[in-house]
Amino acid sequence: METLSVAEELAKKQKEISIAEFFERNKHVLGFGSLTRAILTAVKEGVDNSLDACEESNILPEIFIQIDKAGKDEYVVIIEDNGPGIVKRVVPNAFGRLLYGSRFHSIRQSRGQQGIGISAVVMYAQLTTGKPTTIRSKVQGKDVAYEIDLMVDTKKNRPEKLHERFVIWEKEHGTRVEATVKARYTGGRQSVYEYLRATAIVNPHARIVFVDPEGERTVFERATEKMPSPTKEIKPHPEGIELGTLLKMAKGTQQKKMTGFLKGEFSRISMRVAREICDKASIPYDMRPKNMKIDQAKDILKAIKKVKIMAPPTNCLSPIGELLIKKGLKNVLEGVRPEFYAPPITREPKVYQGNPFQVEVGIVYGGELKKDKSVEILRFANRVPLLYQQGGCACTSAIQNVDWRRYGLDQRGGEGVPFGPAIILVHTASTKIPFTSESKEAIADVPVIREEIEKALRFCGRKLKTHLNKSVKKKKTQEKFDIVQKILPQIAAKSASILNKKVPSLDKTITKIMNVVWIDDVIEYKNGRHKIDINIYNYTPKGRKFDLHTVIPIKNLDRKRIVPKPAEIKGNKVKWELKRIKSTEKLVVSFELAGLDEDEYDENELYVSDINPIYIIGAEPLPGDWNLDDAEPKTLEYFVEDHDALKEESSQDDEISVDGKINKVKVGEIDE
Amino acid sequence: MSEEGSQKTVSELMGIANSIYTQLEKGDIPKMTIPLRTKNNIRFDRKKEVWKYGKLMGARSAKKLSGAYMLLRTMYIVGLIEELINKKKSATLREMYYISEGWDLAKFNSQDESNRLAEDLEIITECMREDFKLRPEEDGARVIGNITIQEKNRKGEKKRINCRDDVGDSGYSIPYNVEREKIKFLDWDADFVIAIESGGMFDRLVENEFDEKSKSVILHLKGQPARSTRRFIKRLNQECNIPVVVFTDGDPWSFRIFASVAYGAIKTAHISEYLATPTAMFCGITASDILNYKLPTDKLNDQDIHALKSELTDPRFKDRFWKDEIELMLQIDKKAEQQALAKYGLDYVTDTYLPEKLGELGVM
Repeated sequence: METLSVAEELAKKQKEISIAEFFERNKHVLGFGSLTRAILTAVKEGVDNSLDACEESNILPEIFIQIDKAGKDEYVVIIEDNGPGIVKRVVPNAFGRLLYGSRFHSIRQSRGQQGIGISAVVMYAQLTTGKPTTIRSKVQGKDVAYEIDLMVDTKKNRPEKLHERFVIWEKEHGTRVEATVKARYTGGRQSVYEYLRATAIVNPHARIVFVDPEGERTVFERATEKMPSPTKEIKPHPEGIELGTLLKMAKGTQQKKMTGFLKGEFSRISMRVAREICDKASIPYDMRPKNMKIDQAKDILKAIKKVKIMAPPTNCLSPIGELLIKKGLKNVLEGVRPEFYAPPITREPKVYQGNPFQVEVGIVYGGELKKDKSVEILRFANRVPLLYQQGGCACTSAIQNVDWRRYGLDQRGGEGVPFGPAIILVHTASTKIPFTSESKEAIADVPVIREEIEKALRFCGRKLKTHLNKSVKKKKTQEKFDIVQKILPQIAAKSASILNKKVPSLDKTITKIMNVVWIDDVIEYKNGRHKIDINIYNYTPKGRKFDLHTVIPIKNLDRKRIVPKPAEIKGNKVKWELKRIKSTEKLVVSFELAGLDEDEYDENELYVSDINPIYIIGAEPLPGDWNLDDAEPKTLEYFVEDHDALKEESSQDDEISVDGKINKVKVGEIDE
Repeated sequence: MSEEGSQKTVSELMGIANSIYTQLEKGDIPKMTIPLRTKNNIRFDRKKEVWKYGKLMGARSAKKLSGAYMLLRTMYIVGLIEELINKKKSATLREMYYISEGWDLAKFNSQDESNRLAEDLEIITECMREDFKLRPEEDGARVIGNITIQEKNRKGEKKRINCRDDVGDSGYSIPYNVEREKIKFLDWDADFVIAIESGGMFDRLVENEFDEKSKSVILHLKGQPARSTRRFIKRLNQECNIPVVVFTDGDPWSFRIFASVAYGAIKTAHISEYLATPTAMFCGITASDILNYKLPTDKLNDQDIHALKSELTDPRFKDRFWKDEIELMLQIDKKAEQQALAKYGLDYVTDTYLPEKLGELGVM
């Protein structure tokens, strides 16, 4: 009796927790933990939505953000876009109901996912200031915009429409959100301004206008008209699927047979593979998926691990791309006049736990960037800047794991965040970014992802080092130029005048002092054409003969205007076997490229061979692997994360070769 | 200077220009070699009993930026000196530095640089900078004592001056040129010359009439002595046969003052035989004096310690006396000024300290 009454007591206390209470308790998780953070989260949720909406409808985004001070710790946040707009009947739910969204179940790369974001802002506004949020939206073809003042009914998790109206709006289409929130506006690293600046870097196709509470207006102009390639939705990959998800999918499927279910609802499962899974799990091919028991589901998961399955398709990812990263960085960082933009790298897509992901890295160096500070780290996940929890992010640990001293940055003891005038950009794109928490501020330390980032960092690091070496070498040579061009002629003139003799010729002395072949390249852009002149001066006492190599976008080469005639053109690689250049003489190699944007070709990649590279200034020795990665590969190669089962089985299969922990899988096409 | 002397200087200078010119003509990288002017490259010359440069040579080549600049400056200075000689003018070292302002790339960054280059030219041509018509801007030191000299003044008049009777309390001022054509010693009556580091101590000895009481010539070195001062001491010693003692503070820098008087300075080792007085004796404050006379002291600072340690490897200080005194000073970690003797009264230095020290040296 006694125990029962206690249970009764407890039962009385059991009740539904309202959404509002849940929110209040978890607001730090959703990014509203502090007043300074709240304003950033409000802007971020709005901007993420706007960018996603524009991209899905193939519209070049124009986003306007304004923050006004409304009272002590109270601000009005306005986010307006030129997106497709939202149809009237969807608006209330999209903004006034938590966990409502179109993207939660889809497997593709997008900024928002859970459907919490913008309705959390509405909720935060009403909880902190008691004021509703005003949403205005207009879809193409309508004469007027629909406007609504909205709150969230926190008991039912349903929108509460306060006031609806139609208004005239000069925009053809778009959405505008105006929320009044309790917040604090600050500057610094984790500010709205920095967030928008970073957003502009990785979204060079967007034009972003920001008006701060002081009325100061900043415009991040568009750096490209090119939209990111659209992402496709993919079915879940069996690898990494969870038990609950599997059971839910089995309940919901239209498929009548197990094999059909596996083949039809997952990516990369052929009928052969589906049967193999069923065999290994001892489940009949024609069992109805709806009848699957928990134990059977467990067996299927085990079987999936034992069967080799092709990695998931990766065309669902939309990396920024090497050229656009550079454009984005240049566009935003113009003001600090960096000395060098290391060519960014976009790595080939890889997979973790059945989720495709792709890493991109860029490094900016020098100019007015601070020399004695830690480098600035710009972290992005699916094109969204990550401003908080830098220390707990895989991007940061990857940076800390690289020995930057090898690449020309200071780093105490060869570990930790390096020092120097540099910005390191890391972007990870994935259908499912493994965030450390719901507030999506840091990427979890998944070894494959971290290693991919490290590889990309090292690649960019090498480019930086090459640049720094080159500038040191050039500086030394510049000194020699000073000697031979300025000082030596004066020594000659003065000594001749003292002795009353004629000024001697200095050619031989000059070559002995310089003793280099100086390669000086000039790129000129005019009328849509790049004109490249490579001037080669032989400042050595002897004649010099060597081969010059470069890499150019070959389809843009004007083959009539390439002088001298190259000895070989192979893929994008051009090779000249230069004729002997006599001591003190000069040779010019020139060619023209047509049909490129100015930004698309702004640095010549020059290599030499058949000469001792110590004599060469302005070009690198030909790398050892030059001839290996010849033409465009016809087959794409990528790596699948290994699991033990694969290793055991692999010997029976000719298609797969095992190489330690990593299996290299060759496939004809990655996408059917 | 005689016409012949000028001709020799000019032709020596032409030799430098010619060497550079010829190298350029041949297509070589022009360079100039001169003895290294460091303490590692001074050797004791037994015949002349002074320290001279050894055989280590350094090259100044146009291959390096700094070397190229030096060669260019050398050409300009050669040109300047030739002009001075032809026009029968002279310039101070400081004036030369300022003249170089108009030399574009060849201009000097500091007067130290231009002074050093003038010394380099002395070494290469084996001429003296007086031959180059270059003179220091600093005046020489002061002398009081019973010597009569004849100085040929700027008007060419020969003035007869007794350095005790014809001068005020600040003494006779030594001109920058003390060669025979300018100064002659006519008559003297002195047992020794006492060369003193600080002005305060010079005045003390003058006030105490030390020159008359001890029949000496009192000379103020003014810190590290100018060339003319050293040359003046050398001539007094050599031509009048008067012993020389050097009275300084007790610190590493004072030891170097003595060394430059007695052994020759590293910077001017090429002309040590003109400037150094090998028989000069030290009667300055030593580490032993600090202990024996219980003098008020200062602690050695880092530069002092560094200088003392460096002196331990300086070949000029290689004898027992200096080695012991330097090591003792490092050990007690103390230094003292000569004026610290005033602890025992103003007359102590002339009545007690100097008679004791000079007695030991057999001068008094």
